[in-house]
Amino acid sequence: MIALLIRDLRLAIRAGGGFGLGLAFFLIVIVLVPFGVGPERAVLTRIAPGMLWVAALLAALLSLDRIFALDHEDGSLALLATAPLPLEGVVLVKAAAHWLTTGLPLTLAAPVLGILLNLSPEATPWLLASLGLGTPALSMIGAFGAALTVGLRRGGLLLSLLVLPLYVPTLIFGAEAVRRGAEGLTALPSLALVGGVTAGCFALLPFAAAAALRVNLR
Amino acid sequence: MSIWEYANPKKFMGWTRPVLPWLWALAVACIVTALVWGFFFTPDDYKQGSTVKIIYIHVPSAMIAINAWFMMLITSLVWIVRRHHVSVLAAKAAAPVGAAMTVIALFTGAVWGEPMWGTWWAWDPRLTSFLVLFLFYLGYMALWAAIEDADTAADLTSVLCLVGSVFAVLSRYAAIFWNQGLHQGSSVFRAGRPDSVAEVFYLPLMLSIAGFILLFLALVLMRTRTEIRLRRASALEARMRSA
Amino acid sequence: MPQLGKYAPEVLSAYAVCIAVLVVLVAASWWRARQSAARLERVEKETGRG
Repeated sequence: MIALLIRDLRLAIRAGGGFGLGLAFFLIVIVLVPFGVGPERAVLTRIAPGMLWVAALLAALLSLDRIFALDHEDGSLALLATAPLPLEGVVLVKAAAHWLTTGLPLTLAAPVLGILLNLSPEATPWLLASLGLGTPALSMIGAFGAALTVGLRRGGLLLSLLVLPLYVPTLIFGAEAVRRGAEGLTALPSLALVGGVTAGCFALLPFAAAAALRVNLR
Repeated sequence: MSIWEYANPKKFMGWTRPVLPWLWALAVACIVTALVWGFFFTPDDYKQGSTVKIIYIHVPSAMIAINAWFMMLITSLVWIVRRHHVSVLAAKAAAPVGAAMTVIALFTGAVWGEPMWGTWWAWDPRLTSFLVLFLFYLGYMALWAAIEDADTAADLTSVLCLVGSVFAVLSRYAAIFWNQGLHQGSSVFRAGRPDSVAEVFYLPLMLSIAGFILLFLALVLMRTRTEIRLRRASALEARMRSA
Repeated sequence: MPQLGKYAPEVLSAYAVCIAVLVVLVAASWWRARQSAARLERVEKETGRG
């Protein structure tokens, strides 16, 4: 498992794609927001938590189709399926690699971009915590979506259509935690719920994703 | 003789053929009667005026919208466990019907909400969950359309339906947590309570619900028959080509 | 025609859209059913089965 993880990380960094692209996308969306809603600082402060979450979510969406597609094309996915490692484990590792290359950098970049949107300083720790807890769920759900669409030629667009509704609970709880943090309310319940969603995703979705992969490799 | 015999495609085609005309006749009769009754012969509500008449289409379509997904969940499970082709084809047949009902429920809700709440749309838990449900229907249908191999499509959409159900429920509770809404709770099934629907509105509403259920059944059976025919035609064509 | 009062546009449009969507749904389903039946008949004739 660890060898697979290291291999995936190395591939992601060398290809350069997912790593920088997601971050750049995140930056651009956040820069575009004030152009759209105007530069009023009070308005920006109000919408900052939600915008940061939505932008991070879209940025994570960008690189989802690469989770399995490349391995499917060159046949190494079929090899992995016959390996002693259960396919559920492969899915888990793939999701973890996706998170390490997109979710984690996004989380670390978010406070910096928060400054651009005039996010209140009290909310910054909550932003870090909720993104840190929530983005793994995004990766895991995305891995499930990628497993469903891996054999398809025009899978990318379909993947977004399938995955975005599944992101709703994570987004609601995550953005809520930051918003409450920004208003000085207690944000711990929302944060706990984000963690709950993530834990649930990691407990159940590897099985669903592995089932989908087996069907697609048949 | 077990209940599963009815899932044999040939048998299914056999027993649905005589049943369908009756189902259609009953469905049309119920819906026409209920809507004419509701539209022409029920009084206006003292507070809501004539908008109360929207209830005869809003409530039944919303019920079908949710229960169609529930039916798809069950038939998908049956496909995964017992591999009955008719079962998963019924799920495929039900999806567009459910999506159409969701659209009706959302639209009638919007035009009802505008005069009553003063807004077409509010991000209320009930409304939000319906929008999410609509997205799920779209994704489910898109996945069916995208995959060429029939069995692969059946497997993958069934898995999506299961996972989607979990997330749909989760979204509902997330939305409640997120925003306490404008929409009242269900006002149909609480007989004898002062805030339930009054008797004059109740009977045509029940008739309308029955009509929508019958219409749903008729549509799903007809569409399932279509899917079975198409499946058989493709299979015969494939056999002809390979022979 | 019942007196709908000031909410007439809302009520009428709700009914109109509902009926339109249902009619389109039924018509599309019926059309596909007929097409599939015709196709199956043709294929069955060609393959000599049925």
